[in-house]
Amino acid sequence: MTARLQLRELCGYRSGDKGDIADVAIFADDEEAYDLIVREVTAERVKQHFGAMVRGSVERYEARNVLALNFVLRDALGGGGPRSLRSDSLGKTLGGALVRLEIDVPDAFADRRRPRPDVTWADQILDALPKR
Amino acid sequence: MTVRIGGGQGFYGDTPAAVDGLLDDGVDYLCLEALAELTLAILQKDRQRDETLGYTRDLPLYLAKALPAVAAGRTKLITNAGGINPTAAARAAVETAKQLGLSGLRIATVLGDDLKPRLAELRDAGMTLANSESGAEFDDFPGEPLFASAYLGARPIVDALDGGADVVITGRVADAALFLGAAAHAHGWHWDDWDRLAAGTLIGHLLECSGQVAGGNYTGEWWTIPHPWDLPYPIAEVEPDGSAVITKPKDSGGRVDFDTVRHQLLYEVHDPAAYLAPDVVADFTSAAFTDVGTDRVRVEGVQGAPATPTYKALLAYHAGWSGEARAAFSWPDAYEKAKATAALLAKRVEMAGLAVDEWCFEYWGANALGGPTAPPPHEPPEVAIRAAWRCADERTAAVVGRQLIPLTLSAPPAGFTGMGRQGGGRPTELLGIWPTLVDRKLVDEKVRVTFEEVT
Repeated sequence: MTARLQLRELCGYRSGDKGDIADVAIFADDEEAYDLIVREVTAERVKQHFGAMVRGSVERYEARNVLALNFVLRDALGGGGPRSLRSDSLGKTLGGALVRLEIDVPDAFADRRRPRPDVTWADQILDALPKR
Repeated sequence: MTVRIGGGQGFYGDTPAAVDGLLDDGVDYLCLEALAELTLAILQKDRQRDETLGYTRDLPLYLAKALPAVAAGRTKLITNAGGINPTAAARAAVETAKQLGLSGLRIATVLGDDLKPRLAELRDAGMTLANSESGAEFDDFPGEPLFASAYLGARPIVDALDGGADVVITGRVADAALFLGAAAHAHGWHWDDWDRLAAGTLIGHLLECSGQVAGGNYTGEWWTIPHPWDLPYPIAEVEPDGSAVITKPKDSGGRVDFDTVRHQLLYEVHDPAAYLAPDVVADFTSAAFTDVGTDRVRVEGVQGAPATPTYKALLAYHAGWSGEARAAFSWPDAYEKAKATAALLAKRVEMAGLAVDEWCFEYWGANALGGPTAPPPHEPPEVAIRAAWRCADERTAAVVGRQLIPLTLSAPPAGFTGMGRQGGGRPTELLGIWPTLVDRKLVDEKVRVTFEEVT
């Protein structure tokens, strides 16, 4: 039996740019999750996920030493930083966009949830500010 | 002997404040990494206006913090803040030192990364200068190159330090090579000791983005990072064999652990098994990372292979002018109002006879960033539209946005309009980037280090 799960429950992420290429890495929380994403998150899936946002090819690289997959998205940033009209001309948000992807997972993974942010400290700072 | 190297800057615009923490904790070398592709473009625009500019203008702020420690013999400073004008940056360094009343400083400048005056010569020598990303031939280069910088490696930095430099200022030296230069000089590494060169490159790569290895931009439990408003900058304790501990100043905020370190390991990397650096091809997948104490991660086992026969170089070309405008819409039907206004703007611009070569519409609050990965918007409470456009000339780019203003009274309801990008809505010059490869020997034969004393 399988369930569906967004990558956000299994992985961290970071992304950036080189010219018109976006580099997007995802970091699995443990080895079981890593084996799963190696199987499920293929270059083809990622290319399909980003659709028209990525005009070029997608390549995938494995870094098992840090339980990570690295994706190279070509022709993906509207021409590259100094040329692009996009707000995110440097691809910084594409990691977050990638972990929206839903994959098939075994039932044992179905209830996995990464903790959600608790920003009580931010509320405390903001509440103490002078306001009307 | 362990050498301590600090990463005191991650980009042009970073805060010099966290440099204090590195100097107080003690670093033998302070490396300030100031450049990115976008930065070179910004510096090019500066130099176009004023021949004495072209380096990162916050350099004096960093120097004011660091030079007293350098003059006291507590650290040495290495930076690529010279951008596309290292000579001018070195002049600023000398001036800053004098203003601070410091003496006994030897300031080195690394020259030779600037290929702009040499492009014809390089072509004659057989370099195609083809675009290494798109494959386009140099004959199709759009217009005149605005800058052309080779990514130099660590050797000229080692030459500068061997020559007694206290401060080393470079142009486009590869980010990680600043740190490799410090380690290779301190430990006397050889230029064919690929594993150690790879280790120094990996360590530099981890440190080159300042706070990003110490809890910044972190997608683990980022809200648990201690004192995130005062994030520290990182330190590498590098052993002669190339192994190292990545850490941060004691009693500082932030976090350095396996997870924060691996986040940085793959940042802006293509193939992690073959990271192409000027001095070595490093295999980042061969490294082992171990938590060895609170905020201490040991890095070891990195393997390297001989460097490629070419250096990367970056050229840029003028690519038109852009402008930008924003307007916001409230519930109900905020997304539909925003989309309709975008269409009205484009239509009015067309009716006014203004030539726009490219449009970009983003719907903030509905879907500005995720493209097809994001779910369709469902009754968002508000949506801000950001319209950006590219035109061939500056004047047209400037007036396109004005077509938005009358829509305040003549378009879908409850909009708030306003101009974006550089406050007054002035157009921005766009630059296209042209990466290429150049024979390292042809570059190296013009690389030189000059020294100046502050007495």
